[in-house]
Amino acid sequence: MTDNVYVPVTATVEKVTLEAGGARPIRTFRFRIDDEKEWPKFHHKPGQFAIISHFGTGESVFAITSYPNSEGIIEVSVMRVGNVTAKLHELEVGDKVGIRGPYGNDFPVDDWKGKNMIFIGAGIGISPVRSVYQWVLNEENRKDFGDVTLIYGARTPSDLAYKEEIKELEARDDLDLWLCIDWKFGPNGPTGESAEDGWPAINMQSPGETEVPDGQNRFTCFVPQLVEVVKPDPKDAIVVTCGPPIAIKYITEALDRLGWQPEQIYTTLENRMKCGIGKCGRCNIGELYICKHGPVFTSAEICKMVPEF
Amino acid sequence: MAKIINKKDIGTLLERLNDYEIYGPLEQDGVMSYGKLDIEPLLEFRNSRKPPKDYFFPQTEKLFDLKREGPRFTGAEEAELPDDKFLLFGTRPCDARAMSALDKLFTWDYVDPYFVKRRENGTIISFCCVPPTMPGPNCFCTSVGGSPCSEEGSDMLWSDIGDSFFVEAVTEKGEAILSAGGDVFKDASSDDQNVADLTKKQAKEAISREIELTGLPEALEATFTNEYWEEMADRCLGCGICTLLCPTCHCFDMNDVVKDGKGWRERTWDSCQYPYYTIHASGHNPRPVKQHRQRNRLYHKFLYMDRNLDVVGCVGCGRCITQCPVNIDIIEVASDIKEVAKECGDGAACNAEEAA
Repeated sequence: MTDNVYVPVTATVEKVTLEAGGARPIRTFRFRIDDEKEWPKFHHKPGQFAIISHFGTGESVFAITSYPNSEGIIEVSVMRVGNVTAKLHELEVGDKVGIRGPYGNDFPVDDWKGKNMIFIGAGIGISPVRSVYQWVLNEENRKDFGDVTLIYGARTPSDLAYKEEIKELEARDDLDLWLCIDWKFGPNGPTGESAEDGWPAINMQSPGETEVPDGQNRFTCFVPQLVEVVKPDPKDAIVVTCGPPIAIKYITEALDRLGWQPEQIYTTLENRMKCGIGKCGRCNIGELYICKHGPVFTSAEICKMVPEF
Repeated sequence: MAKIINKKDIGTLLERLNDYEIYGPLEQDGVMSYGKLDIEPLLEFRNSRKPPKDYFFPQTEKLFDLKREGPRFTGAEEAELPDDKFLLFGTRPCDARAMSALDKLFTWDYVDPYFVKRRENGTIISFCCVPPTMPGPNCFCTSVGGSPCSEEGSDMLWSDIGDSFFVEAVTEKGEAILSAGGDVFKDASSDDQNVADLTKKQAKEAISREIELTGLPEALEATFTNEYWEEMADRCLGCGICTLLCPTCHCFDMNDVVKDGKGWRERTWDSCQYPYYTIHASGHNPRPVKQHRQRNRLYHKFLYMDRNLDVVGCVGCGRCITQCPVNIDIIEVASDIKEVAKECGDGAACNAEEAA
């Protein structure tokens, strides 16, 4: 094949999973790169991204969610929001796509050995977080980490992705799982209505004082409030979080109130991208290009950035 | 050893360079521009409205064809890189310098094969901005590291000395032009050298505008959310001409095109002055209003390129000043912002509260 950085390699759709339905459906695609000689180049690390082509429509950028491998497998979760993602959602097993990457920096997972891990995902932001919790929960690596907590929220129950996986995670005894839906309080929900069965409301004024009945792990609230309900302990711990910019902002503030240092909080940022390699211009926040200097940053690094995201 | 070429012999030289595609300065529809030189080139001209950047980084360029199987596109064909050897005759030194700034960008960790190949294929002969042409009223190359006769980015420099051009080869590609030209190039006399030295000096002294770079990156750093940006961008129309006519602007968009059953991927110049440039699929836009976008233009040229590539992203051609329909002047903006930074003192006092 070619060394031309703009020419994608061809891959075949091996599996399509509908993760969430409704108005903003999410599908996870497992692609396998056709040319075996290309496989080593696509040995990605948690946090990196790939650029997927629907030939004839164009390219879009996605966080890679697959476990690092040398078998040419790349998995991405795609929310249907635009032209390319709509076409990707029509793909069936056996169809062809193009892939460029992996690009960007990665989560320093090796530095985190021995730590307690807290994962916080809001909306489709769960997808890059998933690449890390899958790494940590993998049987090869699980022994290297302490307690693992996953906090995840979406707008409505049907917007929650990875439903099958969530069932499996809930059954594990080496993982603390918390979920929330915000539709009662979201722009589409009748604010203040009594909570639906199984998703009790929390004390929105002082989330930290919410009484948590034994075994209750799902609530109606926004993710930052759920963080205050769960109260993750900052001692010897790392947070990996991702979500819309506004969610990251409030999650970080909640963690700050719980005594977390910005150096302990890792996130991955997204901006519109075209080239993925620092040439096309648009993904910068100040002098930092998300595609080259990121997408993984600590909260401490984000605090130093110019307010442009 | 410096050479000269009589203006009457330029036609002969261009004929002898018949293995080059030759592009040069000409007048098209009353506008000075660059095009295929099948007519006599202009020898006296102020700079073109549009820089000749597109010979290296075309306005629209096909990256590769799409493979088609039945009704679907199923892959990318091997890309065909441009392989025509060409000569860009009569650029201005500022525009040639811009290419050397873009060399850094297009090889920053990842090599852009299209730009790099065109740079290999292309030879640049620059004309010094000496009499009778002389620098324009908005030229400020001397304050951004250049000069009306800067050799950076050029393969050969020609300087008008009356009936002839004083000729210096800068690179091997320039030497190749000397060899190919043969006897049209004569040895320069010491008088020729003296005239060339004098006119170059005159040209340099004729630069009347200046941007003060010292302290500018620091001033920009201190004023990111200062209300000045709203004020300066108030009259901006968002037309993007400052970026589209800039010789160092390099932003592009990439799209698939499908036409008559064929498909290909192409890239097209884009501009940070347009809201769609940065908008997310969700509708969120990190630079939603024009002051953010004007600010990005200034910061990119004078702070970000400096930090990331160790090069100033401006060659002082003055096009963004001359062509701006509402007279936004990059020199004034730079001087204003230094003034603003001086008045407010430090970062905290300079910046307004702005929600992230």
